[in-house]
Amino acid sequence: MAKRFQLLQGNEACVEGALAAGMKFYAGYPITPSTEIAERSAIRLPQVGGKFIQMEDEIAGIAAALGASVAGLKSMTATSGPGFSLKQENIGYACIAEIPLVVVDVQRSGPSTGLPTSPSQGDYMQAKWGTHGDHPVIAISPASVQETYNLAVRCFNLAEKYRTPVIFLMDEIIGHLREGCELIPAEELEIVNRGDHNVTGMPYAVSEGNYVPEFACFGEGEHYNVTGLFHDVDGFPTNNNEIARNAEQRLMDKIDMNLDDILDWEEVGTEDADVAILCYGGTTRAAKGAIEQAEAEGLKVGLFRPITVWPFPDKAVEELSKKVKHIVVAEHNYGQMLGEVKRVAKDNCTVDFIGKIDGTTLTPADILNKVKEVL
Amino acid sequence: MPSALIEKSFRTKRLPHIWCPGCGHGILMRDVAQAIENCGLDPDKVVIVSGIGCSSRAAGYMNYNTLHTTHGRAIAFATGVKLANPDLHVIVITGDGDCTAIGGNHLIHACRRNIDLTVVVFNNNIYGMTGGQYSPTTPHGEKGTTAPYGNIDYNFDIPKLAEAAGATYTARGTAYHAPQMIKLIEAGIKNKGFSLIEGLSVCPTYYGRKNKKGSAIKMYNWQKDNCVDVKKAEKMTAEELEGKIIIGEMSHSEKPEYTDMYKEIIKKCGGDK
Repeated sequence: MAKRFQLLQGNEACVEGALAAGMKFYAGYPITPSTEIAERSAIRLPQVGGKFIQMEDEIAGIAAALGASVAGLKSMTATSGPGFSLKQENIGYACIAEIPLVVVDVQRSGPSTGLPTSPSQGDYMQAKWGTHGDHPVIAISPASVQETYNLAVRCFNLAEKYRTPVIFLMDEIIGHLREGCELIPAEELEIVNRGDHNVTGMPYAVSEGNYVPEFACFGEGEHYNVTGLFHDVDGFPTNNNEIARNAEQRLMDKIDMNLDDILDWEEVGTEDADVAILCYGGTTRAAKGAIEQAEAEGLKVGLFRPITVWPFPDKAVEELSKKVKHIVVAEHNYGQMLGEVKRVAKDNCTVDFIGKIDGTTLTPADILNKVKEVL
Repeated sequence: MPSALIEKSFRTKRLPHIWCPGCGHGILMRDVAQAIENCGLDPDKVVIVSGIGCSSRAAGYMNYNTLHTTHGRAIAFATGVKLANPDLHVIVITGDGDCTAIGGNHLIHACRRNIDLTVVVFNNNIYGMTGGQYSPTTPHGEKGTTAPYGNIDYNFDIPKLAEAAGATYTARGTAYHAPQMIKLIEAGIKNKGFSLIEGLSVCPTYYGRKNKKGSAIKMYNWQKDNCVDVKKAEKMTAEELEGKIIIGEMSHSEKPEYTDMYKEIIKKCGGDK
């Protein structure tokens, strides 16, 4: 029996959380700073009767993981910047074919090979728009090792529940951070498994008021077709514009109509704050340091941290913009979530930005100085 | 009236297929179904995985578990299916471009692993779906819409490539020689390891027209007159074999299969308990 409390790296906690969620398959390709996820999966999966395979490239990594998911196993692949770019086409395939999958992206500095492998949050927009065409996205970003464990479970649950790829948008800071972590056993967690299988011959049909189809795994006797072409409820390709429109609409609706379940954020001390720092993932650490220091100096500064970073929590941020005078967005990039915040906040408050694009990290002092600037 | 095989193994509601008149893909698709039937496989346990292109539309017509994937990635998807559930019989239907150009890396690495997949390449020597561009199997000197002055690339010998990369069964058949093609696919299915069977197809619409090969019938007759069985070829001189295509079983060897070896790892780790 593994020790319940362990000193773990974020990447290791990701694997342990995935295993608690029921991960039985991992396929990937080595890339820093995500490699420890592959390494620990290689050790741990066969110990629980699962399968690990190192594929010949990033594209094959996600393809094999999708194949395994179609065959019935909870699957994951992990990568970083350049590899995340390579996986994009098959993320779109998973969206339209509705195949559950967890794709971990431990963000590093880019574009291209960039500054290997300095911290970055430069893939925020890519997580949403990386694959072509309109498609729904769920992306989750952890800010500590413990949260990495817990949210890995949530990623699998959301992937299974909504039959969609879920992006676990980590960053180098959290991936390589070492902290105490409680390995909460599966029995004490809410674990979502695939729903009851239908045998109607209509694998993509949904019941009234529902948006997510349920269908059997390959090998269970229902001979259905999985394709990246737009398809009717029977799974077969079609060029019928109305069917295509309805299929696309349902893909979007299955996320949009379940926002209450999918969205998640941390909000601290914003009720009477003059300034709210809005951040996510690794930048949260510096933001919390800045807030402590601000409090000591008598400033009223709150924190708003999206945990589900896609879909963006529009309503919550809109409300935030009505509560505070200023929002300071802190990201390790040139300003990506910033655009979302401005879109939602409109003229309710000022929206400013502090970022880093040189491979170094934001410090509490950097953020505090920005807060003082806007006050 | 469709034959009993068509009734059983195909989604007859999805027919007729999209392929052009004279195309060899329909014959090769039927050969795959006949081989599955001859091997006595449980259809519930058969998975057909395909990529993108003319060949890969086959999956949608066949009455098994069918996975129509992204361009070039069929073998990588199939690797995941097979490793996840080794009880499934995983057959990949792919084309010359899908398998040896955009998917070439996945092909050689699956060969190297000797994972128990049966890959049937419908080789029409051209990119048909996009309208006739030259592929890795367009013969040197011949034309495509992107090789208007003649192709200066040299073409792949697919079974030879697969054998060199580690496949334990390789063969080549044709759309014309259907009985032999069925036997070659059967042998590939029965081989416990990575099997590659190249099926020479006929594309009268693009490859044929672009290279003045004449009618579809003329192209099938060309296969009849110019393909030599590997056993007969052994007794022929190099001069006699000039311009001929050798068909039949090209290689067959034995070595441990990937998913079997992984089962041993699971046992060693105590994961089977």
